Amino acid sequence: MANDKMIYIVGFAVVAIMVVGILAFVPGDYGGSDDAGGEEAEKYGYVPWLTDWIDAIYGELPGEIEAMLFAVQSAIGAVIIGYFIGTNSARKKMAAGAAAE
Amino acid sequence: MAPFFIVGIIKLRKILAEHPEQKMTVALSGAFIFLISSLKLPSVTGSCAHPTGTGIAVVFYGVGVCSVLSTIVLIFQALLIAHGGFTTLGANCVSMGIIGPLIGLIFWKVLRKAGANVFISMFFAAAIADLMTYVVTAIQMSLNLVTSVGANFIDAMIDMLSVYAVTQIPLAIVEGIVLAMFAHYLATSRADIFEIADSNKINPFSTEV
Repeated sequence: MANDKMIYIVGFAVVAIMVVGILAFVPGDYGGSDDAGGEEAEKYGYVPWLTDWIDAIYGELPGEIEAMLFAVQSAIGAVIIGYFIGTNSARKKMAAGAAAE
Repeated sequence: MAPFFIVGIIKLRKILAEHPEQKMTVALSGAFIFLISSLKLPSVTGSCAHPTGTGIAVVFYGVGVCSVLSTIVLIFQALLIAHGGFTTLGANCVSMGIIGPLIGLIFWKVLRKAGANVFISMFFAAAIADLMTYVVTAIQMSLNLVTSVGANFIDAMIDMLSVYAVTQIPLAIVEGIVLAMFAHYLATSRADIFEIADSNKINPFSTEV
């Protein structure tokens, strides 16, 4: 059990150090690599033959709205994962309670 | 893409019909793709990129089911955010839902056969699936430049790999650690789930459950 806790503590610490370390020490504008790939292709003379259909409806999607929609996507995933962990730990407690009786 | 997707649908229907208790785990596999692929993380190249989150899905249910779950996420992004888009849905599904995860699954199988524990095996499966997704994207973009503007394949490949693959290395490590921790949690609390994972086939066209 102590070993399990250590795995989670070390794991999350490594992830946090990597993300914070990159933000602190690597200079850059932190734009998306998806856009960078498109820009790289345009350097070769490639002209996109279609623009985003959503642009025709909304105009260009503001960064805040895009971030909100990505947050909705994250939330859908997080709710399902949270539900799984919750039901799993409830099941474990019930099994432990039944075994104790 | 279509054959993998069709096989994935058949296998998914079979899993849900024969093992209804697996519904929650299938949802969990999709949820990881939803959650992790929505995150934009900073990288050593001074830009941001998305991890993929396909490691859990491919290890538990194989390439076919992973391609179906990835396609659902890609359609969500294309429909609401115009991120990826419908004209590139097939190419994105091939890189994120099929080839990247397939290579990750091969790593999982080899490491498990060699006696590696769940944490180590999932770390490499998830990290390699993530990294290879972007290597395949670089190949696709390079081939597009060769056919559309007559670019030199090697030059285009070097440029695209430097944009996509190098950026993705730290993200793949982060994704590997996160999914390995969750796999460790599952191995200690729901070891039965890994019986299915270990009986899973590398063959993407196998519908055996």
